[in-house]
Amino acid sequence: MTSSSIEVRALSKRFGAFTAVDAVSFDVRRGDIFGFLGANGAGKSTTIRMLCGLLEPTSGTALVAGHDIRRSPEKVKRSIGYMSQKFSLYEDLTVEENIRFFGGVYNMAAPDLASRLRWVLEMAGLRGREHSLTRNLSQGWKQRLALGCAVLHEPGILFLDEPTGGVDPVSRRAFWDLINRLSEDGVTVFVTTHYLDEAESCNDIRLIHAGRIVGAGSPSALKASTIRNPILEVECGRTVEAMDLLRREPWVRDVSIFGVNLHVGVVEEAEGRRRLAARLEQAGIPLRRIDRIVPSLEDVFLRRIEDSDKEAGR
Amino acid sequence: MKAVLAILKKEFIQIRRDPRMLPILFLAPVLQLLLFGFAVNLDVRDIPSVVCDQDRSPQSRAYLDAFFHSGYFTRRFDVGRTEDVDSRIDGGQAVMAVIIPRGFGERLLAGRGATAQIIADGTESQSATIGLNYAAMITSRYAQGLLAETFVRLRGSGLRPVLIEPEVRVFYNPDLKSRNFLVPGVLGMILMVMTMMLSSMGIVREKEAGTMEQLIVTPIRPGQLILGKLLPFLAIGVIDVVLVTSLAAFGFRVPFRGDVLLLGGLCLVFMLTTLGLGLFISTISRNQQQAMFTAVFFMIPMILLSNFVFPIETMPGFFRALTAIIPIKYFFTVIRGIFLKGSGWAELWDEAAAMAVFGAVILALSIVRFKKRLE
Repeated sequence: MTSSSIEVRALSKRFGAFTAVDAVSFDVRRGDIFGFLGANGAGKSTTIRMLCGLLEPTSGTALVAGHDIRRSPEKVKRSIGYMSQKFSLYEDLTVEENIRFFGGVYNMAAPDLASRLRWVLEMAGLRGREHSLTRNLSQGWKQRLALGCAVLHEPGILFLDEPTGGVDPVSRRAFWDLINRLSEDGVTVFVTTHYLDEAESCNDIRLIHAGRIVGAGSPSALKASTIRNPILEVECGRTVEAMDLLRREPWVRDVSIFGVNLHVGVVEEAEGRRRLAARLEQAGIPLRRIDRIVPSLEDVFLRRIEDSDKEAGR
Repeated sequence: MKAVLAILKKEFIQIRRDPRMLPILFLAPVLQLLLFGFAVNLDVRDIPSVVCDQDRSPQSRAYLDAFFHSGYFTRRFDVGRTEDVDSRIDGGQAVMAVIIPRGFGERLLAGRGATAQIIADGTESQSATIGLNYAAMITSRYAQGLLAETFVRLRGSGLRPVLIEPEVRVFYNPDLKSRNFLVPGVLGMILMVMTMMLSSMGIVREKEAGTMEQLIVTPIRPGQLILGKLLPFLAIGVIDVVLVTSLAAFGFRVPFRGDVLLLGGLCLVFMLTTLGLGLFISTISRNQQQAMFTAVFFMIPMILLSNFVFPIETMPGFFRALTAIIPIKYFFTVIRGIFLKGSGWAELWDEAAAMAVFGAVILALSIVRFKKRLE
């Protein structure tokens, strides 16, 4: 056994003339929470669907739990759990009926199923609601039930495709607690998301943009390797005007708006602070505050996309 | 096996939970049967008619009596002028008209030929055709009666009338009741509509709900999934067969002369085709609406070309040949044969074989088409 539970090599998917996934390669270490981060339409779901055997790759290969996704998709399916972005359990079945249904489909023996049923109800906090119709559950409960059904057969690898879409922050936190527990139990978790705070909880990340991987590493490594220059958070008036102004300065690496503030990448901190204050004063823009900040994944993500688009001449 | 059972169980729960499903499955067949048993009647009787007797002689009255005692016509209107005949027919109040010109009786007495005019409303082509046939029959029988009378009067002449009297026997349905023809047919219709609709919705509904995606990532095999999906529909079909057959035989007194088990067995064979067709439609449709329209698109020509109401013998050659590939045509032969003729395996094995071949081909085709992938 290798230490990677997923190995992807030059995997591509084209729909007609459109290339959704363009020769991506990466490895996922056993037991990691692996984040696949990208905007809508970047190719996240297409990749996850190829790895789960839902879509046939146009070219390239991947090994999932040691099985080739092209040659033995059925073996792959036995070793994975999958939860799609759209809730996909039976709304007209009760909680318990849904769990028992998937137990049957995964050919689980009765005693195993009985103990896993208890485990899922416990984990998802659904004890006492076994006989509620699934359609009457709140979104957060539905999500935890779907997770429970996905790991019912104790797969070594769990694929989650934007699992927390449309869920309130409290349920989202509860859901991530479950994911962390699964990871501690040795389950490899492959999760796609466009929530950057969720990505911070991953051990390893790939940034995907327009079907290609534009960044790789742990959140801290990504920040360190992408943003080498200091970032200053600037609170000032007329932010749009200030942004246009600063963009033209040679000592400014990049400027972007975050809420009511500007994030300004400068070559050197002390020099940057001084020049920034001078330039804004010269333009008559009131300056309220300048702080050095630790870059967020969002800074990293935006920078990587910008670089990638520049490279591609867009 | 466990996987098939899981699917089976799930399907039954879903059918039970859908409040509209049960009435559709079991009430609709009964209603259809009642409709065909009571309302739809292809027998032409009591055709509303208008009479214009301008002769008013004993002969014209005798002729008209022969007409209206037959039971095929009802004397709705008596008018004096031929123009009034037109207005009754134009107004749709009468479908047939009998006009007897002045001199009808006189000419008959004088031994010369007489004419009576029969008018039929051709827009009601079925009633008109049948009505005209009856009219011709009644008229020739009346003429024959006159002829015989004449011979009796001329007994002394030594001439004897030579008449051929056809002795007609209708086998299996002696009264030619269309109910006996239609009601067993309803069984075929219901079976086809139910099983084809249900199975065409079956897979598509899961595609629409997104649950198909979840099923595809499980290790379940396509064959298992299809088996688990189709068996409940087969069971529903069997219940409908029992329901409709007993209602037809005991409620409508349609003669049932054949073997119940043979009927049951051949219903199962027929359902292979309809379930297979439904499944095939399911695999080529993206949503339930598409599946529904596709199913109807297939069903209507199948019913028209099936001998359900419209006789195949009168179709043009091309369409007559086309009916060879209409599975339900064979099934109609089977059910009518078993109900009315008491046909057995010896008479029906070729129909059974044809249906089995259709079923096997279409099922195989849809299993091949059903890929465990998202498109």
